[in-house]
Amino acid sequence: MSENKTKKFTVFPFGPQHPVLPEPLQLKFTVDEERIVEVVPNLGYVHRGIERACELNDYRRNIYLCERICGICNFMHAMSYCETIEKITDAEVPDRARYLRTVWAELSRLQSHLLWLGLFADGMGFESLFMQLWRDREIVLELTEKTAGHRIHLSTCAIGGVRKDMDEKLIAAYRSGLSGLRRKMDAVAPVFRNDRSVKAKTEGKGILPKSRAVHLGAVGPTIRGSGVSQDMRTLGYEAYGELDFTPITYDSEDVYARTQVRLDEVYQSIDLINRALDQMPDGPILSKSTMFPDGTAINRIEQPRGEVFYYVVGNGTIHLERVRIRTPTLPNIPPLLEMLIGHEVADIPPIVLSIDPCISCTERITYVNKEAA
Amino acid sequence: MPKMLWNIIRNLLSPPATIRYPHVRPEPVPGLRGRISFDTDRCDQCQDCERICPSAAIKVVPEEKRIEYDPFRCIYCHLCVENCMQKAIIAEDVVRPPEYEKVKEVFE
Repeated sequence: MSENKTKKFTVFPFGPQHPVLPEPLQLKFTVDEERIVEVVPNLGYVHRGIERACELNDYRRNIYLCERICGICNFMHAMSYCETIEKITDAEVPDRARYLRTVWAELSRLQSHLLWLGLFADGMGFESLFMQLWRDREIVLELTEKTAGHRIHLSTCAIGGVRKDMDEKLIAAYRSGLSGLRRKMDAVAPVFRNDRSVKAKTEGKGILPKSRAVHLGAVGPTIRGSGVSQDMRTLGYEAYGELDFTPITYDSEDVYARTQVRLDEVYQSIDLINRALDQMPDGPILSKSTMFPDGTAINRIEQPRGEVFYYVVGNGTIHLERVRIRTPTLPNIPPLLEMLIGHEVADIPPIVLSIDPCISCTERITYVNKEAA
Repeated sequence: MPKMLWNIIRNLLSPPATIRYPHVRPEPVPGLRGRISFDTDRCDQCQDCERICPSAAIKVVPEEKRIEYDPFRCIYCHLCVENCMQKAIIAEDVVRPPEYEKVKEVFE
């Protein structure tokens, strides 16, 4: 740093309003000509106070509030909240509901990954690939709409099971829709794997060594792209324990590896949904609980971006004492800062997008700088 | 090159992926969670909908047999529709269009 002090650097902001990143995150870059020397993140633009609202609300209404933490992972947030509450009440989830939750969770992962792949293509300047991927994503959105009547928000999760069932007609629509999606992905995947210009933008960029990924606590496809087989689905929550699931990892530790992880997970999600539909037992979908949440519970599930953590304290009343939610973008920010150092300014968009940042999910705390105030 | 030609011909002959909204509207799917209205003749003022609504968009005044519904707070989860014992909440398969003013709807 002593050498840095003698040099003249340029400091420029990236965000909170930026065409590449439609999320309000500010990264302040210190650059030596084209090379990045230092990155300082600045969060706090979209703090919404959801945790406090969860404490004031009736705990049953919180399902819909938690669902609105993130539009993309809406079902997974509701599912994680319900799982946490089920741990401190006497609700037992029926087998069919566990499978239905798994199917819808994987459907959310599919739409999230397709959305990300499209945005990533757009961030690289590959407009036609972006449009093609988002057109293919319509298949998933149509399936979501057929399931629950809305294109994004499923709102089907409930404490003790699920609110909606799937009939034979809908299952057939899932199977044909997903086989169509697989065919469409077969046409797009070679572009991500072999295209020269995509490789030039991704290979060797944003290196996150395995040891640093573990040390900095990266999660999700970011750590799996560094060769660490860390996936919460291996815990076997819901029906994952019965679906023969193994995490996808890549060893090249760069943006290319993270793209490949997500691309492979699209295929993996299609397989998991098909397997879950094959194995889904008949039976009830909802069981009623007879008590209010009492006690402390934590829950971890795997979202498209990585591990989400829920901590709930109940006191036997209709209100909860404490709700703490940690979404996957927060632990992925320190690795992002390290990935960017040493790269050129033109590499910023692909590297920042490679962690799939979702800032409005992340904003949980507001930091007040007393000295500055 | 032949592959590219094949793509060009296919794209030329295939219909567009988008529709000319709002001139052409998509077919509503069965079970669409659209806008809701209240049948006050059927309603027995039990206030179940008010209690269950996650966004507190419904207010029932039993003394005046009046229901106040705020469509801008409503998240269209249709919990009220599912839980109404009298089937007094009517779900339509139409999505509410954007409006200029945030006005509550009153059913009497």
